[in-house]
Amino acid sequence: MFELLGIPPQALFGQLLIGLINGAFYALLSLGLAIIFGLLNIINFTHGAQYMMGAFVAWMLLNYLGIGYWPALVIAPLLVGLTGVIIERTMLKHLYKLDHLYGLLLTFGLALIIEGVFRNYYGSSGQPYQIPPELTGGHNLGFMFLPNYRGWVVIASLIVCLATWFVIERTKLGSYLRAATENPTLVQAFGINVPRMITLTYGFGVALAALAGVMAAPIYQVSPQMGSSLIIVVFAVVVIGGMGSIMGSILTGFGLGVVEGLTKVFYPEASATVIFVIMALVLLVKPAGLFGRTA
Amino acid sequence: MATLAYRADKSLAKKSTLTHQYIAFGLMAAFFLIAPSFIYPVFLMKALCFALFACAFNLLIGYVGLLSFGHAAFLGSAGYVSAHTAKVWGFPPELAILTGTALAAALGLIIGALAIRRQGIYFAMITLALAQMIFFFALQAPFTGGEDGIQRVPRGTMFGVLDLTNDMVLYYVVLAIFLFGFLLIYRTIHSPFGQILKAIRENEPRAVSLGYNTDHYKLLAFVLSATLSGLAGATKAIVFQLASLTDVNWTMSGEVVLMTLLGGLGTVFGPVVGAFTIITMENYLAQFGAWVTVIQGVIFVFVVLAFRRGIVGELARFLKKPL
Repeated sequence: MFELLGIPPQALFGQLLIGLINGAFYALLSLGLAIIFGLLNIINFTHGAQYMMGAFVAWMLLNYLGIGYWPALVIAPLLVGLTGVIIERTMLKHLYKLDHLYGLLLTFGLALIIEGVFRNYYGSSGQPYQIPPELTGGHNLGFMFLPNYRGWVVIASLIVCLATWFVIERTKLGSYLRAATENPTLVQAFGINVPRMITLTYGFGVALAALAGVMAAPIYQVSPQMGSSLIIVVFAVVVIGGMGSIMGSILTGFGLGVVEGLTKVFYPEASATVIFVIMALVLLVKPAGLFGRTA
Repeated sequence: MATLAYRADKSLAKKSTLTHQYIAFGLMAAFFLIAPSFIYPVFLMKALCFALFACAFNLLIGYVGLLSFGHAAFLGSAGYVSAHTAKVWGFPPELAILTGTALAAALGLIIGALAIRRQGIYFAMITLALAQMIFFFALQAPFTGGEDGIQRVPRGTMFGVLDLTNDMVLYYVVLAIFLFGFLLIYRTIHSPFGQILKAIRENEPRAVSLGYNTDHYKLLAFVLSATLSGLAGATKAIVFQLASLTDVNWTMSGEVVLMTLLGGLGTVFGPVVGAFTIITMENYLAQFGAWVTVIQGVIFVFVVLAFRRGIVGELARFLKKPL
């Protein structure tokens, strides 16, 4: 077997794959954050908790009702998205006229509540979730071993991201959404139900987080804390990419996942902090973010 | 920065005879002077450290309109340095606290310089992310003791005469530190410098157009806030003889936001009231484990939806006087 810079290829490509998977989750979550922020002007701190809820709902469906991975992939995001709709209707909608920071504080409080409740009933230790039987095993690609499930996660999230991009940037519905982001009053004057659009947008962003959670369940353990550390990294990803562009969020998410994976190979001590360091550098060079517009 | 709660109370600020604030301060100081005779001093010291922390945090959110979600970094890292210098290097407590505070100031300069490059929500996310970086550093660095933290830090003898192993002596030292920090913040917000900070909070572009280098003022306020948070953290490490990951964790950053919000953003006494309320609550609810987090979350949601002025803010509105 050949070696690259003194690193065996299995280790290198293995970490690259883990990086891509993390990147897929970063992309899905920062995409949701960006869409929500675009229309609601709220940074959804609950996003991490909703990702965790997605994983937990999948776990509950399997353990309490015997419903497997594939239906859960649809049911969990729908259910969690529905809770998002309720949160938006009952709480967030009262905050739009206030300073944006209140939205951050409210969703932070909600995240504490959700995590606290789950921790109370399920403890801090993780619950295992089996890989669906169709996707067990893997392929030997010669230079590395590719577990089927991990390949599926990368491809599926890439497709979801690109589909979201397509809907927002290339369809009529997306054009309404973009117009409402720019000027909601004017769009409403044209007879479009903007409040409903805001509600559904929040629900959709939350459902994306839950979908990421379901996909993450077989890879990481399902635990109440799985979202809270992730959300902080995703915030850094959002600062690096800037929330101006959908494609920007996707590219930044995957890119930073890969960078993190590579750091694990070459300088493991820094792998937890590399994204924050990149964020600091980006702030020095281009404060608006790589794809951001100066606001 | 259009609609944070204190804007609604602008009319109050105009009637600015400050006599009642002096009276309120006198009452507060008198209460703290006699409090240890009927309240457990270690509990009081904990509350005072957090009150100073919340006051320092309030300087930013309440008077500059900057929401930092990473203030635990200053509290925690100053605690580590204070504990390390006192335990391993044998520094006397006053020097250990000063060293910890100085580190928080330096850290505040770096984090502040980066964070003020963006405003509003981005500012909050950047401070949170940078503080998380400090957390990982504290987790991995050899001298912090990882999950165990630095334990059994000696309290020592302050200035060579004050024996801090005596809880009562230590209490009055902590009280003096708290009052020093509190009065420094009070002086700052009532100075011309403080007026410019408020101008930035109300309308930054206008402050810029008046010729103020607002970045300068924001950075200075950030460093001051970080330094006093560090002072609180360094003192706390000596009091509890412990520096641990709890104090650098992001939940701690959230906790100080909660204290200030509950007490009243942009009020002078609010953070003190908020800190005492939350610490008391945690003290009584400690047995309920994870429910404490849930209750904190519920308070967050309730305050944001229905009680945005906070305890002292509502009181000030009732008395028609700024507190």
